[in-house]
Amino acid sequence: MTQYEGITRRGLLGLAGSAAVAATAPSDGGSAAARTTTEEVAVRMTVNGTATSLTADPRTTLLDALRDRMRLTGTKKGCDRGQCGACTVHVDGRRVVSCLTLLASVDGATVTTIEGLADGDRLHPLQRAFIDHDGLQCGFCTPGQIMSAAAVIAEGGARTDSEIREQMSGNICRCSAYPGIAAAIRQARAEMR
Amino acid sequence: MREFRFDRPADVGDAVRRSGSDTAFLAGGTTLVDLMKLEVMSPRHVLDINRLPLRGIDATGGGLRIGALERMSDVAADPHVRRGYPVLSRALELSASGQLRNMASIGGNLLQRTRCGYFRDVSTPCNKRQPGSGCPAVEGENRTHAVLGTSDSCVATHPSDLAVALVALDAKVRLRGRDGTRTVDLRDFYPLPGDTPHLEHDLRPGELVTEVVVPPLDWATRSTYLKIRDRQSYEFALSSAAVAVRRVGDTIVEARVAVGGMGTRPWRLPAVEKALAGRRAGEDTYATAAAAAVEGARPLRHNAFKPELMKRTLIRALLELEQPR
Repeated sequence: MTQYEGITRRGLLGLAGSAAVAATAPSDGGSAAARTTTEEVAVRMTVNGTATSLTADPRTTLLDALRDRMRLTGTKKGCDRGQCGACTVHVDGRRVVSCLTLLASVDGATVTTIEGLADGDRLHPLQRAFIDHDGLQCGFCTPGQIMSAAAVIAEGGARTDSEIREQMSGNICRCSAYPGIAAAIRQARAEMR
Repeated sequence: MREFRFDRPADVGDAVRRSGSDTAFLAGGTTLVDLMKLEVMSPRHVLDINRLPLRGIDATGGGLRIGALERMSDVAADPHVRRGYPVLSRALELSASGQLRNMASIGGNLLQRTRCGYFRDVSTPCNKRQPGSGCPAVEGENRTHAVLGTSDSCVATHPSDLAVALVALDAKVRLRGRDGTRTVDLRDFYPLPGDTPHLEHDLRPGELVTEVVVPPLDWATRSTYLKIRDRQSYEFALSSAAVAVRRVGDTIVEARVAVGGMGTRPWRLPAVEKALAGRRAGEDTYATAAAAAVEGARPLRHNAFKPELMKRTLIRALLELEQPR
């Protein structure tokens, strides 16, 4: 990440974001009598091997909790409507889109994100393979692609090229790096079996 | 997203007791969370039913009993489903994406809302979302909309592939409400829109889908689901067909036929079934029978291609059943 005198790009964007929230808060809270009071929900889960507990507004998605509360920003917010797959993570070993997963509904679950995939400094075979095959251009969809592919291979899928294309169809790449993505999955599949 | 209270009911009775008109049951969340973000749905109270024991796929005694909370991917992979009812596993495999199939429940799949763009956009009128506000799709963008069962109030298609396959199989849904349990034919579960398109199903307030029951049909081993769409994968149907055929030699004895992407609800085609029965299997028979499918179809400005596409989808699905498997 680019750093300028201790200010990060993400930190700056975060600051701007919270300023915007603060600025709109009064109008949101204006007619307090007309709204229900949101009762926060308590959630415990294991994220990348670490036991975590937090309380949150029940509207919080798993995606927003990972990114904004736990600073696990490897998981990306693309469409935020379950249509692009950029936010794919594993919940209890199954790939899901975290943008349509309410945090409150995964209480007690085990969550793995892209940050939990490598073994220390040793890249996961899929991470290595995406580099080897240029399975990306801008890289925004890549964490979701890799998490999705890791689950597909673990489930015994991705046996043929047409299976790879079909089983990975929930992960959109707007740069259209699909040939590289498919080649990376073929390579990693051979290593992971 | 509007504010809501979140609870986890302890058991099915508790869930039903605590639900009301402002309540939504949360299963996979793939429809509900999406539509809450769009503010198309704004329940004040969300009841997470995922811990309720509405699970299991039971094939003892013929037929299938599928717990409403079973996930689409698990039902599609179940050996009893695959062997006995390929039309079901195919319909599920061709739905959504791998991620969404891991999340979405069978009960929720049957209750998913239409993909009509006007329904999903709260800045436009929609009789389904806001009764009496009008239907912009009748004169607007309607390429993906229905040609069967439409009314002046609503031309939205029912989006579920699974429901089309289940309707072909005479499936039923078991419902649990405050007054007890009842069973409804899935075919009767979805009303036609008429002038009340906001009434999308036969669920009473607070009622919960607990199970899907598929009656025994030993010849459903020869069945399939064909889906035609704008992209090869991860897209809703422009046209789809669920077909099952019982043959003795070259003669079709019985058939089950339903189509998706065409109707305002999953659309069974008894006229096509009748036109197939007693005939010799083959493309000529299929073409004659498929012609009966489009009777009464009312194309809109942008979807005049749909009746012809429906016929071709049916013929191809029936031809695919002839391939050795």
